[in-house]
Amino acid sequence: MDVLVIRELTAGYHSTPVLRGISLRIAKGEKVVLMGPSGSGKSTLLKCIVRLVEPWSGTIIVDGTNVLEDNVDIRKVRQKVGFVFQSYNLFPHMTVLRNITLPLEVVKKMNKKEAIDRALQALKVVDMVEFKDKYPLELSGGQQQRVAIARALAIDPVLLLLDEPTSALDPELREEVLETLRNVAKRGISMLIVTHELDFAEDVADRILFMDHGMIVEEGVPYELLYSPKKERTRSFLRTIFRRLYTKH
Amino acid sequence: MHETIFFILKILPYLAQGLTITFYVSIVSFLIGLTIASALTPLRVFLRPSLSLVIKSYIEVFRGTPLLVQLFIIYFGLPSLGVKFDPLTAGIIALSLNSSAYQAEILRSSIKAIPESQYHSAEALGMSTVQVYRYVILPQAIRAAIPALVNEVVTLVKESSLVSIIGVAELTRRGEYIVASTFRALEAYIAVAVVYLVVCIAMSQVSKILERKFKIPGYERGVV
Ligand SMILES: Nc1ncnc2c1ncn2[C@@H]1O[C@H](COP(=O)(O)OP(=O)(O)OP(=O)(O)O)[C@@H](O)[C@H]1O
Ligand SMILES: [Mg+2]
Repeated sequence: MDVLVIRELTAGYHSTPVLRGISLRIAKGEKVVLMGPSGSGKSTLLKCIVRLVEPWSGTIIVDGTNVLEDNVDIRKVRQKVGFVFQSYNLFPHMTVLRNITLPLEVVKKMNKKEAIDRALQALKVVDMVEFKDKYPLELSGGQQQRVAIARALAIDPVLLLLDEPTSALDPELREEVLETLRNVAKRGISMLIVTHELDFAEDVADRILFMDHGMIVEEGVPYELLYSPKKERTRSFLRTIFRRLYTKH
Repeated sequence: MHETIFFILKILPYLAQGLTITFYVSIVSFLIGLTIASALTPLRVFLRPSLSLVIKSYIEVFRGTPLLVQLFIIYFGLPSLGVKFDPLTAGIIALSLNSSAYQAEILRSSIKAIPESQYHSAEALGMSTVQVYRYVILPQAIRAAIPALVNEVVTLVKESSLVSIIGVAELTRRGEYIVASTFRALEAYIAVAVVYLVVCIAMSQVSKILERKFKIPGYERGVV
């Protein structure tokens, strides 16, 4: 069964359209990378899936639940979908451990001990157990992002949404987060990842979607999409990414 | 010179007794003000604009008119409507209402200062609105409000001197008594000023201690 089905989704802010008819599917265990220029609507699409942004029209089905139905309890859906933000968004006034146990206790209604066990397991996956008693702002950006990944994993999601998880980080911190994500990917969880890290996308993605102006312009397996894109828009976008890569090194 | 200092030292204990009432008036007014402000703030944050306009007007009225005039209305004005208070009660009412307006602004702006990303990540984890505020927004907002709230206590200590005018025997009023019996206005009021100054300096130290105690670890290294 598909963990995510989106059909003809439109959304925007005020009366300005941002998404103009998005359709996509993610099968169980599938890793999908979403690319596209700044402003094309990638973050908006991710936020629509858990209704952090209210869609205008279309259908979104998460793990069999129609997210846009009137009587749906969106909080139930959010408990099944992990969300990792570009700027980590940890709660700065709580320890690393508490950041992870809080949602387990108050949302998933686990008792304290279960929550701590689960949190420690998740911290192990991202190799951050030794920092459990630190506060987020005492950590590097890469470490904070790994904790954010652990927090999303701890709720045992059917789908993990990641919005440019490395783009706020200094280049030397990116690799540790990408390495963490490679490990997470191996665990069989379904992922939708917005990223412009080409090596990572090529290694991890089953499919890459290219988005522009609120529409999915092209999609394919990494090899096809990255090395022989059919659409001119995809090509020119990839050229800018490659150029950025080569001027950096 | 020595005589002056002896005089000031001699009257300090008498003034210090007035300090008890100054503290009483300021702290009670602060707490009542805080209670009112805490009740107003969620209404302002959650209500539709038309209803929050009422609250906004309340705040504007108390911030936009002199405290002394508010005190006079309550103590001298209300009796003509049959509502009469003793000076101490009238003073506390005026200071509480006035302070509640300032404290409501402090609370609201510290809530507003929490970035939207904090709401988003809490909501994305499935928290209800109540949980988002209880666990994520308010603990951060209250920390951020501490310096301004302590500053409000300091302001109240100073402004409570106004209730001397309606006859509450607090610090400033006691200074007036001494002037009336000794005619040494300069020394007496300097002594009064010294007491206020010491209290306010002590409070700003308290504020620093509180800030340190409630500081978010690592905060100085980056922006939330
Ligand atoms: N909260 C908002 N209110 C109004 N407009 C918004 C809001 N968020 C995004 N937009 C606009 O919607 C469009 C799409 O934004 P979105 O953040 O989804 O793009 P993106 O593809 O994620 O870009 P980036 O690569 O820069 O993150 C942009 O034009 C943006 O200015
Ligand atoms: Mg974005």
